[in-house]
Amino acid sequence: MHRRIYGLETEYGIICTPEKNRSKKLTVQNVVMYLFREIISGRMYPDVFLENGARFYQDIGCHPEYATPECDDIIELVAHDKAGERIVTRLATTAERRMRADGFRGKISIFKNNLDTVGNTYGCHENYLMEREKVSFRQLASQLIPFFVTRQIYSGAGKVKRSDQGFYEISQRAQHIREEISIATTTARGIINTRDEPHADREKYRRLHVIVGDSNMSEFSTFLKIGTTGIILRMIEDHFINERFALRNSVQAIHEISEDIACKRLIELENGKRLSAVELQWQYFECAKRYLEQAESDPTTDEVMARWEYVMTCLEDDPMQLERELDWVIKRKWLETYVNHRSLNWDSAEVRRLDLEYHNIRHDEGIFYKAEKRGLTERIIDDAQIRHAMHAPPERTRAKFRGRFIKLVNNGKVLCGVNWSYIQLYEPYQKLYLSTDPLEPEFEEASRMIYSI
Amino acid sequence: MPSEKQQEYRDHPANETAEIQPDSELKENVDELTEDLDALLDEIDEILEEDSEEFVENYIQRGGQ
Repeated sequence: MHRRIYGLETEYGIICTPEKNRSKKLTVQNVVMYLFREIISGRMYPDVFLENGARFYQDIGCHPEYATPECDDIIELVAHDKAGERIVTRLATTAERRMRADGFRGKISIFKNNLDTVGNTYGCHENYLMEREKVSFRQLASQLIPFFVTRQIYSGAGKVKRSDQGFYEISQRAQHIREEISIATTTARGIINTRDEPHADREKYRRLHVIVGDSNMSEFSTFLKIGTTGIILRMIEDHFINERFALRNSVQAIHEISEDIACKRLIELENGKRLSAVELQWQYFECAKRYLEQAESDPTTDEVMARWEYVMTCLEDDPMQLERELDWVIKRKWLETYVNHRSLNWDSAEVRRLDLEYHNIRHDEGIFYKAEKRGLTERIIDDAQIRHAMHAPPERTRAKFRGRFIKLVNNGKVLCGVNWSYIQLYEPYQKLYLSTDPLEPEFEEASRMIYSI
Repeated sequence: MPSEKQQEYRDHPANETAEIQPDSELKENVDELTEDLDALLDEIDEILEEDSEEFVENYIQRGGQ
Protein backbone atom coordinates (compact mmCIF):
# COMPACT_ATOMS: atom_id res chain seq x y z
CA MET A 1 0.00 0.00 0.00
CA HIS A 2 1.21 3.50 -0.85
CA ARG A 3 2.03 5.39 2.34
CA ARG A 4 2.45 9.09 3.01
CA ILE A 5 2.64 11.26 6.11
CA TYR A 6 -0.15 13.82 6.42
CA GLY A 7 -0.42 16.56 9.01
CA LEU A 8 -2.65 19.54 9.71
CA GLU A 9 -1.81 22.70 11.66
CA THR A 10 -4.62 24.94 12.83
CA GLU A 11 -4.24 28.47 14.15
CA TYR A 12 -7.26 29.33 16.25
CA GLY A 13 -8.80 32.75 16.75
CA ILE A 14 -9.62 33.58 20.36
CA ILE A 15 -11.52 36.24 22.29
CA CYS A 16 -12.73 36.60 25.87
CA THR A 17 -16.00 38.41 26.52
CA PRO A 18 -16.42 39.78 30.07
CA GLU A 19 -19.65 38.80 31.80
CA LYS A 20 -22.08 41.72 31.49
CA ASN A 21 -19.22 44.22 31.73
CA ARG A 22 -18.91 43.49 35.44
CA SER A 23 -15.44 42.23 34.93
CA LYS A 24 -12.16 43.65 33.74
CA LYS A 25 -11.21 42.93 30.14
CA LEU A 26 -8.44 40.53 29.27
CA THR A 27 -6.24 40.94 26.20
CA VAL A 28 -5.87 38.10 23.71
CA GLN A 29 -2.34 37.59 25.04
CA ASN A 30 -3.60 37.16 28.61
CA VAL A 31 -6.32 34.72 27.58
CA VAL A 32 -3.84 32.63 25.62
CA MET A 33 -1.62 32.49 28.72
CA TYR A 34 -4.54 31.18 30.75
CA LEU A 35 -5.26 28.63 28.04
CA PHE A 36 -1.75 27.22 28.25
CA ARG A 37 -1.38 27.35 31.99
CA GLU A 38 -2.72 23.87 32.66
CA ILE A 39 -0.35 22.08 30.33
CA ILE A 40 2.90 24.00 30.53
CA SER A 41 3.33 23.95 34.30
CA GLY A 42 6.94 24.73 35.05
CA ARG A 43 7.96 25.34 31.45
CA MET A 44 9.07 28.67 30.07
CA TYR A 45 7.37 28.69 26.69
CA PRO A 46 3.85 27.81 25.63
CA ASP A 47 5.00 24.98 23.38
CA VAL A 48 4.33 21.34 24.27
CA PHE A 49 3.97 17.92 22.72
CA LEU A 50 1.03 15.87 23.93
CA GLU A 51 0.43 12.18 24.67
CA ASN A 52 -1.23 11.71 21.30
CA GLY A 53 1.94 12.92 19.57
CA ALA A 54 0.51 16.33 18.64
CA ARG A 55 2.12 19.71 19.31
CA PHE A 56 0.25 22.60 20.91
CA TYR A 57 1.94 25.99 21.00
CA GLN A 58 1.57 29.72 20.71
CA ASP A 59 2.25 30.83 17.18
CA ILE A 60 3.00 34.13 15.45
CA GLY A 61 0.28 36.67 16.20
CA CYS A 62 -0.53 35.06 19.55
CA HIS A 63 -2.68 32.29 18.08
CA PRO A 64 -2.97 29.00 19.89
CA GLU A 65 -1.91 26.47 17.27
CA TYR A 66 -2.53 22.74 17.23
CA ALA A 67 -0.43 20.55 14.96
CA THR A 68 -1.68 17.00 14.55
CA PRO A 69 0.74 14.11 14.95
CA GLU A 70 2.04 12.45 11.80
CA CYS A 71 -0.78 10.36 10.30
CA ASP A 72 -0.49 7.92 7.38
CA ASP A 73 -4.24 7.64 6.91
CA ILE A 74 -6.65 10.42 6.04
CA ILE A 75 -9.49 9.20 8.22
CA GLU A 76 -7.08 9.07 11.14
CA LEU A 77 -5.99 12.62 10.29
CA VAL A 78 -9.60 13.84 10.38
CA ALA A 79 -9.94 12.27 13.86
CA HIS A 80 -6.75 13.96 15.07
CA ASP A 81 -7.81 17.32 13.68
CA LYS A 82 -11.09 17.01 15.58
CA ALA A 83 -9.25 15.76 18.70
CA GLY A 84 -7.30 19.03 18.58
CA GLU A 85 -10.53 21.03 18.72
CA ARG A 86 -11.69 19.09 21.75
CA ILE A 87 -8.39 19.44 23.58
CA VAL A 88 -8.45 23.20 23.02
CA THR A 89 -12.09 23.34 24.12
CA ARG A 90 -11.27 21.52 27.33
CA LEU A 91 -8.38 23.90 28.02
CA ALA A 92 -10.70 26.87 27.47
CA THR A 93 -13.08 25.56 30.14
CA THR A 94 -10.22 25.14 32.63
CA ALA A 95 -8.88 28.59 31.70
CA GLU A 96 -12.27 30.19 32.42
CA ARG A 97 -12.26 28.60 35.87
CA ARG A 98 -8.76 29.89 36.61
CA MET A 99 -9.69 33.33 35.33
CA ARG A 100 -12.72 33.42 37.62
CA ALA A 101 -10.51 32.52 40.58
CA ASP A 102 -8.36 35.53 39.65
CA GLY A 103 -11.37 37.84 39.41
CA PHE A 104 -11.90 37.82 35.64
CA ARG A 105 -15.37 36.55 34.89
CA GLY A 106 -15.73 35.95 31.19
CA LYS A 107 -16.45 33.56 28.38
CA ILE A 108 -13.76 32.40 25.98
CA SER A 109 -14.79 31.92 22.35
CA ILE A 110 -12.44 30.03 20.06
CA PHE A 111 -12.93 30.07 16.32
CA LYS A 112 -11.53 27.63 13.80
CA ASN A 113 -11.69 30.12 10.95
CA ASN A 114 -9.18 32.28 9.09
CA LEU A 115 -10.38 35.88 9.45
CA ASP A 116 -10.99 38.49 12.10
CA THR A 117 -13.29 41.51 11.77
CA VAL A 118 -10.73 43.89 10.28
CA GLY A 119 -9.29 41.45 7.74
CA ASN A 120 -6.33 39.88 9.53
CA THR A 121 -5.88 36.29 8.51
CA TYR A 122 -4.47 33.19 10.20
CA GLY A 123 -4.03 29.82 8.67
CA CYS A 124 -4.73 26.15 8.42
CA HIS A 125 -1.62 24.51 7.02
CA GLU A 126 -1.49 21.11 5.41
CA ASN A 127 1.68 19.05 5.34
CA TYR A 128 2.49 16.24 2.95
CA LEU A 129 5.68 14.22 3.08
CA MET A 130 7.09 13.55 -0.37
CA GLU A 131 10.04 11.63 -1.71
CA ARG A 132 12.44 14.30 -2.87
CA GLU A 133 13.99 12.58 -5.86
CA LYS A 134 10.72 11.73 -7.58
CA VAL A 135 9.89 15.20 -8.85
CA SER A 136 11.48 18.65 -9.05
CA PHE A 137 9.91 21.47 -7.07
CA ARG A 138 9.24 23.45 -10.25
CA GLN A 139 7.29 20.55 -11.76
CA LEU A 140 5.44 19.99 -8.51
CA ALA A 141 4.46 23.66 -8.24
CA SER A 142 3.28 24.04 -11.83
CA GLN A 143 1.05 20.97 -11.56
CA LEU A 144 -0.33 21.90 -8.16
CA ILE A 145 -1.21 25.54 -8.79
CA PRO A 146 -4.33 24.96 -10.96
CA PHE A 147 -5.46 22.26 -8.54
CA PHE A 148 -5.13 24.54 -5.50
CA VAL A 149 -6.81 27.42 -7.31
CA THR A 150 -9.89 25.29 -8.04
CA ARG A 151 -10.24 22.85 -5.11
CA GLN A 152 -11.74 25.63 -2.95
CA ILE A 153 -15.11 24.81 -4.52
CA TYR A 154 -15.26 21.88 -2.10
CA SER A 155 -12.72 22.87 0.57
CA GLY A 156 -13.76 26.53 1.10
CA ALA A 157 -15.25 27.48 4.48
CA GLY A 158 -17.39 30.39 3.25
CA LYS A 159 -17.30 34.07 4.12
CA VAL A 160 -19.95 36.76 4.50
CA LYS A 161 -19.26 39.89 2.46
CA ARG A 162 -20.92 43.28 2.28
CA SER A 163 -24.11 42.91 0.28
CA ASP A 164 -22.98 45.42 -2.37
CA GLN A 165 -20.06 43.06 -3.01
CA GLY A 166 -22.23 39.99 -3.43
CA PHE A 167 -22.95 39.03 0.24
CA TYR A 168 -21.07 35.71 0.28
CA GLU A 169 -17.97 34.04 -1.11
CA ILE A 170 -16.59 30.52 -1.13
CA SER A 171 -13.23 30.87 0.61
CA GLN A 172 -11.99 32.59 3.75
CA ARG A 173 -8.42 32.62 2.58
CA ALA A 174 -8.47 33.17 -1.21
CA GLN A 175 -8.42 36.99 -1.18
CA HIS A 176 -5.28 36.91 0.98
CA ILE A 177 -3.29 35.03 -1.64
CA ARG A 178 -1.08 37.43 -3.59
CA GLU A 179 1.57 35.34 -5.37
CA GLU A 180 1.85 32.10 -7.30
CA ILE A 181 4.93 30.93 -5.43
CA SER A 182 6.32 32.49 -2.28
CA ILE A 183 8.17 31.63 0.90
CA ALA A 184 6.19 34.19 2.91
CA THR A 185 3.50 33.01 5.31
CA THR A 186 2.55 36.34 6.86
CA THR A 187 2.73 38.86 3.99
CA ALA A 188 2.69 38.02 0.28
CA ARG A 189 1.21 34.55 0.71
CA GLY A 190 1.54 32.23 -2.25
CA ILE A 191 -0.63 29.53 -3.79
CA ILE A 192 2.50 27.44 -3.34
CA ASN A 193 4.62 27.94 -0.26
CA THR A 194 8.27 27.01 -0.64
CA ARG A 195 9.03 26.22 2.98
CA ASP A 196 10.61 22.79 3.11
CA GLU A 197 11.40 21.52 6.60
CA PRO A 198 10.96 17.77 6.38
CA HIS A 199 11.82 17.04 10.06
CA ALA A 200 13.33 13.91 8.53
CA ASP A 201 16.15 12.80 6.25
CA ARG A 202 16.48 15.84 3.96
CA GLU A 203 18.03 13.88 1.14
CA LYS A 204 15.17 11.45 1.01
CA TYR A 205 12.16 13.59 1.89
CA ARG A 206 10.66 16.99 1.32
CA ARG A 207 7.67 18.37 3.20
CA LEU A 208 5.13 20.13 1.06
CA HIS A 209 3.70 22.89 3.24
CA VAL A 210 0.32 24.13 1.96
CA ILE A 211 -0.97 27.45 3.30
CA VAL A 212 -3.57 28.28 0.66
CA GLY A 213 -6.50 26.41 2.23
CA ASP A 214 -9.25 27.34 4.71
CA SER A 215 -9.75 25.81 8.15
CA ASN A 216 -12.57 23.29 7.97
CA MET A 217 -15.27 22.45 10.48
CA SER A 218 -16.81 19.76 8.26
CA GLU A 219 -15.14 16.37 8.54
CA PHE A 220 -16.26 15.75 4.98
CA SER A 221 -14.47 18.88 3.68
CA THR A 222 -11.25 18.01 5.51
CA PHE A 223 -11.38 14.43 4.25
CA LEU A 224 -11.93 15.48 0.66
CA LYS A 225 -9.38 18.32 0.74
CA ILE A 226 -6.55 16.12 2.05
CA GLY A 227 -7.68 13.03 0.16
CA THR A 228 -7.82 14.61 -3.28
CA THR A 229 -4.54 16.48 -2.71
CA GLY A 230 -2.89 13.19 -1.72
CA ILE A 231 -4.03 11.54 -4.96
CA ILE A 232 -2.85 14.50 -7.05
CA LEU A 233 0.56 14.30 -5.37
CA ARG A 234 0.86 10.61 -6.25
CA MET A 235 0.05 11.37 -9.88
CA ILE A 236 2.66 14.15 -9.95
CA GLU A 237 5.27 11.95 -8.29
CA ASP A 238 4.62 9.22 -10.83
CA HIS A 239 4.71 11.71 -13.73
CA PHE A 240 1.23 10.66 -14.72
CA ILE A 241 -0.23 14.15 -15.08
CA ASN A 242 0.84 16.62 -17.80
CA GLU A 243 1.00 20.41 -18.08
CA ARG A 244 -2.25 21.16 -19.86
CA PHE A 245 -4.01 22.76 -16.86
CA ALA A 246 -1.69 25.79 -16.45
CA LEU A 247 -3.71 28.99 -15.91
CA ARG A 248 -3.20 32.41 -17.53
CA ASN A 249 -3.41 34.26 -14.20
CA SER A 250 -3.63 31.97 -11.20
CA VAL A 251 -3.85 34.63 -8.49
CA GLN A 252 -6.70 36.44 -10.24
CA ALA A 253 -8.39 33.08 -10.83
CA ILE A 254 -8.27 32.06 -7.16
CA HIS A 255 -9.98 35.36 -6.26
CA GLU A 256 -12.61 35.08 -8.99
CA ILE A 257 -13.51 31.48 -8.26
CA SER A 258 -13.98 32.32 -4.58
CA GLU A 259 -16.39 35.13 -5.52
CA ASP A 260 -18.57 32.94 -7.72
CA ILE A 261 -20.95 30.95 -5.52
CA ALA A 262 -22.72 29.52 -8.56
CA CYS A 263 -19.42 27.86 -9.55
CA LYS A 264 -19.96 28.75 -13.21
CA ARG A 265 -17.35 31.43 -13.96
CA LEU A 266 -14.86 30.55 -16.67
CA ILE A 267 -11.15 31.00 -16.12
CA GLU A 268 -8.58 31.20 -18.84
CA LEU A 269 -5.88 28.60 -19.31
CA GLU A 270 -2.48 29.37 -20.76
CA ASN A 271 -3.45 27.49 -23.92
CA GLY A 272 -6.38 29.86 -24.45
CA LYS A 273 -9.12 27.46 -23.37
CA ARG A 274 -11.70 28.70 -20.88
CA LEU A 275 -12.96 26.32 -18.21
CA SER A 276 -14.92 26.62 -14.96
CA ALA A 277 -13.40 25.43 -11.67
CA VAL A 278 -15.85 22.52 -11.79
CA GLU A 279 -14.72 21.52 -15.28
CA LEU A 280 -11.08 21.73 -14.26
CA GLN A 281 -11.70 19.61 -11.18
CA TRP A 282 -13.57 17.09 -13.34
CA GLN A 283 -10.44 16.81 -15.47
CA TYR A 284 -8.33 16.16 -12.39
CA PHE A 285 -10.89 13.59 -11.30
CA GLU A 286 -10.88 11.81 -14.66
CA CYS A 287 -7.10 11.81 -14.64
CA ALA A 288 -7.10 10.29 -11.13
CA LYS A 289 -9.56 7.65 -12.25
CA ARG A 290 -7.28 6.65 -15.14
CA TYR A 291 -4.31 6.71 -12.81
CA LEU A 292 -5.96 4.37 -10.32
CA GLU A 293 -6.84 1.92 -13.08
CA GLN A 294 -3.14 1.17 -13.31
CA ALA A 295 -1.82 2.16 -9.88
CA GLU A 296 -2.47 0.58 -6.52
CA SER A 297 -5.55 1.77 -4.65
CA ASP A 298 -6.91 1.13 -1.14
CA PRO A 299 -10.31 1.51 0.57
CA THR A 300 -9.66 5.09 1.74
CA THR A 301 -8.57 6.17 -1.74
CA ASP A 302 -11.69 4.51 -3.20
CA GLU A 303 -13.81 6.45 -0.71
CA VAL A 304 -12.10 9.72 -1.62
CA MET A 305 -12.82 9.03 -5.30
CA ALA A 306 -16.49 8.18 -4.64
CA ARG A 307 -17.05 11.33 -2.61
CA TRP A 308 -15.11 13.49 -5.03
CA GLU A 309 -17.29 12.29 -7.91
CA TYR A 310 -20.46 12.83 -5.92
CA VAL A 311 -19.43 16.36 -4.93
CA MET A 312 -18.47 17.29 -8.49
CA THR A 313 -21.80 16.01 -9.81
CA CYS A 314 -23.67 18.19 -7.33
CA LEU A 315 -21.49 21.26 -7.83
CA GLU A 316 -22.09 21.08 -11.55
CA ASP A 317 -25.83 20.99 -11.05
CA ASP A 318 -26.52 23.09 -7.93
CA PRO A 319 -23.94 23.56 -5.14
CA MET A 320 -26.73 23.98 -2.56
CA GLN A 321 -27.34 20.23 -2.80
CA LEU A 322 -24.21 19.90 -0.67
CA GLU A 323 -25.81 21.50 2.39
CA ARG A 324 -24.76 18.53 4.53
CA GLU A 325 -21.25 18.10 3.22
CA LEU A 326 -19.27 21.22 2.42
CA ASP A 327 -18.47 23.97 4.91
CA TRP A 328 -19.17 26.88 2.61
CA VAL A 329 -22.54 25.41 1.65
CA ILE A 330 -23.56 24.30 5.18
CA LYS A 331 -22.75 27.79 6.47
CA ARG A 332 -24.54 29.52 3.64
CA LYS A 333 -27.58 27.30 4.06
CA TRP A 334 -28.01 28.06 7.78
CA LEU A 335 -27.12 31.74 7.60
CA GLU A 336 -29.47 32.22 4.67
CA THR A 337 -32.27 30.31 6.39
CA TYR A 338 -31.80 32.40 9.52
CA VAL A 339 -31.62 35.69 7.61
CA ASN A 340 -34.86 34.85 5.79
CA HIS A 341 -36.77 33.60 8.84
CA ARG A 342 -35.78 36.57 10.98
CA SER A 343 -35.84 39.16 8.18
CA LEU A 344 -32.27 40.23 8.83
CA ASN A 345 -29.97 42.29 6.65
CA TRP A 346 -26.77 40.60 5.36
CA ASP A 347 -24.81 43.69 6.37
CA SER A 348 -25.94 43.54 9.99
CA ALA A 349 -23.64 42.87 12.94
CA GLU A 350 -25.82 39.84 13.70
CA VAL A 351 -24.95 38.14 10.43
CA ARG A 352 -21.26 38.98 10.80
CA ARG A 353 -21.45 37.47 14.28
CA LEU A 354 -22.98 34.29 12.91
CA ASP A 355 -20.27 34.16 10.25
CA LEU A 356 -17.85 33.79 13.19
CA GLU A 357 -20.03 31.55 15.34
CA TYR A 358 -20.28 28.94 12.61
CA HIS A 359 -16.62 28.23 13.46
CA ASN A 360 -16.97 28.27 17.26
CA ILE A 361 -15.41 24.96 18.36
CA ARG A 362 -17.54 24.67 21.49
CA HIS A 363 -20.28 22.17 20.77
CA ASP A 364 -22.92 24.06 22.73
CA GLU A 365 -22.17 27.32 20.92
CA GLY A 366 -20.92 26.78 17.39
CA ILE A 367 -23.51 26.80 14.61
CA PHE A 368 -21.73 23.98 12.80
CA TYR A 369 -22.01 21.81 15.90
CA LYS A 370 -25.64 22.76 16.44
CA ALA A 371 -26.29 21.38 12.96
CA GLU A 372 -24.12 18.31 13.53
CA LYS A 373 -25.93 17.48 16.79
CA ARG A 374 -29.19 17.26 14.81
CA GLY A 375 -27.64 14.98 12.22
CA LEU A 376 -27.67 17.72 9.59
CA THR A 377 -24.05 17.23 8.55
CA GLU A 378 -22.32 14.32 6.83
CA ARG A 379 -19.68 12.75 9.03
CA ILE A 380 -16.54 10.74 8.29
CA ILE A 381 -15.71 9.51 11.78
CA ASP A 382 -17.60 9.08 15.05
CA ASP A 383 -17.14 10.57 18.52
CA ALA A 384 -15.40 7.45 19.84
CA GLN A 385 -12.66 7.84 17.23
CA ILE A 386 -12.18 11.47 18.23
CA ARG A 387 -12.02 10.65 21.94
CA HIS A 388 -9.45 7.95 21.18
CA ALA A 389 -7.30 10.37 19.18
CA MET A 390 -7.25 12.84 22.09
CA HIS A 391 -5.00 10.41 23.98
CA ALA A 392 -3.62 7.84 21.58
CA PRO A 393 -1.04 8.60 18.90
CA PRO A 394 -1.31 7.09 15.40
CA GLU A 395 -0.06 3.49 15.46
CA ARG A 396 1.97 3.34 12.28
CA THR A 397 4.11 6.49 12.39
CA ARG A 398 6.83 7.77 14.70
CA ALA A 399 4.17 9.75 16.59
CA LYS A 400 3.50 6.46 18.39
CA PHE A 401 7.00 6.49 19.79
CA ARG A 402 6.83 10.18 20.74
CA GLY A 403 3.48 9.68 22.45
CA ARG A 404 4.88 6.93 24.65
CA PHE A 405 7.76 9.10 25.83
CA ILE A 406 5.43 12.00 26.54
CA LYS A 407 3.33 9.69 28.66
CA LEU A 408 6.42 8.71 30.66
CA VAL A 409 7.28 12.39 31.07
CA ASN A 410 3.76 13.23 32.20
CA ASN A 411 3.85 10.40 34.73
CA GLY A 412 7.11 11.77 36.12
CA LYS A 413 9.12 8.71 35.02
CA VAL A 414 11.66 10.54 32.84
CA LEU A 415 12.79 14.01 31.88
CA CYS A 416 13.30 14.65 28.21
CA GLY A 417 13.31 17.22 25.44
CA VAL A 418 11.05 16.37 22.54
CA ASN A 419 10.76 17.58 18.97
CA TRP A 420 9.28 16.19 15.76
CA SER A 421 12.44 14.31 14.88
CA TYR A 422 14.12 13.57 18.20
CA ILE A 423 13.73 12.60 21.81
CA GLN A 424 16.47 13.62 24.16
CA LEU A 425 16.45 11.81 27.47
CA TYR A 426 18.11 13.76 30.26
CA GLU A 427 19.70 12.39 33.46
CA PRO A 428 20.14 9.63 34.36
CA TYR A 429 19.74 8.12 30.88
CA GLN A 430 21.53 10.74 28.75
CA LYS A 431 20.36 9.46 25.38
CA LEU A 432 19.42 11.08 22.10
CA TYR A 433 17.06 9.27 19.77
CA LEU A 434 16.92 10.71 16.31
CA SER A 435 14.20 9.80 13.83
CA THR A 436 14.97 10.33 10.17
CA ASP A 437 11.92 8.49 8.89
CA PRO A 438 8.46 9.60 10.11
CA LEU A 439 6.89 6.50 8.56
CA GLU A 440 8.76 4.29 11.04
CA PRO A 441 6.82 3.87 14.28
CA GLU A 442 9.63 2.42 16.39
CA PHE A 443 13.31 2.87 16.88
CA GLU A 444 14.52 -0.48 18.04
CA GLU A 445 16.90 0.79 20.67
CA ALA A 446 14.49 3.39 21.92
CA SER A 447 11.63 0.97 22.26
CA ARG A 448 13.78 -1.33 24.38
CA MET A 449 14.44 1.69 26.53
CA ILE A 450 10.74 2.50 26.84
CA TYR A 451 9.89 -0.99 28.02
CA SER A 452 12.75 -0.98 30.51
CA ILE A 453 11.52 2.19 32.25
CA MET B 1 -36.74 14.34 0.28
CA PRO B 2 -33.37 13.17 -0.92
CA SER B 3 -32.55 14.30 -4.41
CA GLU B 4 -31.61 11.71 -7.00
CA LYS B 5 -27.97 12.52 -6.59
CA GLN B 6 -28.03 12.11 -2.84
CA GLN B 7 -29.77 8.82 -3.41
CA GLU B 8 -27.07 7.78 -5.82
CA TYR B 9 -24.39 8.76 -3.36
CA ARG B 10 -25.92 6.88 -0.45
CA ASP B 11 -26.32 3.86 -2.67
CA HIS B 12 -22.63 3.86 -3.37
CA PRO B 13 -20.96 0.80 -1.83
CA ALA B 14 -18.80 3.03 0.38
CA ASN B 15 -21.92 4.41 2.06
CA GLU B 16 -24.93 3.12 3.86
CA THR B 17 -27.67 2.01 1.59
CA ALA B 18 -30.82 4.07 1.95
CA GLU B 19 -34.03 2.11 2.05
CA ILE B 20 -37.00 3.28 0.10
CA GLN B 21 -39.44 4.72 2.57
CA PRO B 22 -43.19 4.38 2.57
CA ASP B 23 -45.12 7.69 2.45
CA SER B 24 -46.06 7.81 6.13
CA GLU B 25 -42.43 7.57 7.19
CA LEU B 26 -41.56 10.24 4.70
CA LYS B 27 -44.09 12.60 6.25
CA GLU B 28 -42.68 11.90 9.70
CA ASN B 29 -39.24 12.76 8.37
CA VAL B 30 -40.46 16.03 6.95
CA ASP B 31 -42.05 16.89 10.32
CA GLU B 32 -38.82 16.04 12.09
CA LEU B 33 -36.89 18.24 9.69
CA THR B 34 -39.20 21.18 10.34
CA GLU B 35 -38.80 20.67 14.08
CA ASP B 36 -35.02 20.55 13.68
CA LEU B 37 -35.09 23.70 11.63
CA ASP B 38 -37.15 25.62 14.20
CA ALA B 39 -35.05 24.35 17.10
CA LEU B 40 -31.84 25.30 15.35
CA LEU B 41 -33.11 28.80 14.56
CA ASP B 42 -34.16 29.22 18.20
CA GLU B 43 -30.68 28.24 19.32
CA ILE B 44 -29.16 30.75 16.92
CA ASP B 45 -31.43 33.39 18.50
CA GLU B 46 -29.74 32.61 21.82
CA ILE B 47 -26.28 33.27 20.37
CA LEU B 48 -27.48 36.70 19.33
CA GLU B 49 -28.86 37.68 22.72
CA GLU B 50 -25.55 39.33 23.52
CA ASP B 51 -24.57 42.55 21.77
CA SER B 52 -23.33 41.41 18.37
CA GLU B 53 -22.08 44.83 17.31
CA GLU B 54 -19.72 45.03 20.25
CA PHE B 55 -18.62 41.41 19.93
CA VAL B 56 -17.79 41.72 16.26
CA GLU B 57 -15.95 45.02 16.75
CA ASN B 58 -13.86 43.50 19.52
CA TYR B 59 -12.91 40.44 17.52
CA ILE B 60 -9.51 41.58 16.36
CA GLN B 61 -6.61 39.18 16.11
CA ARG B 62 -3.05 39.82 15.18
CA GLY B 63 -2.34 38.38 11.75
CA GLY B 64 -1.05 34.83 11.80
CA GLN B 65 0.63 32.71 9.17
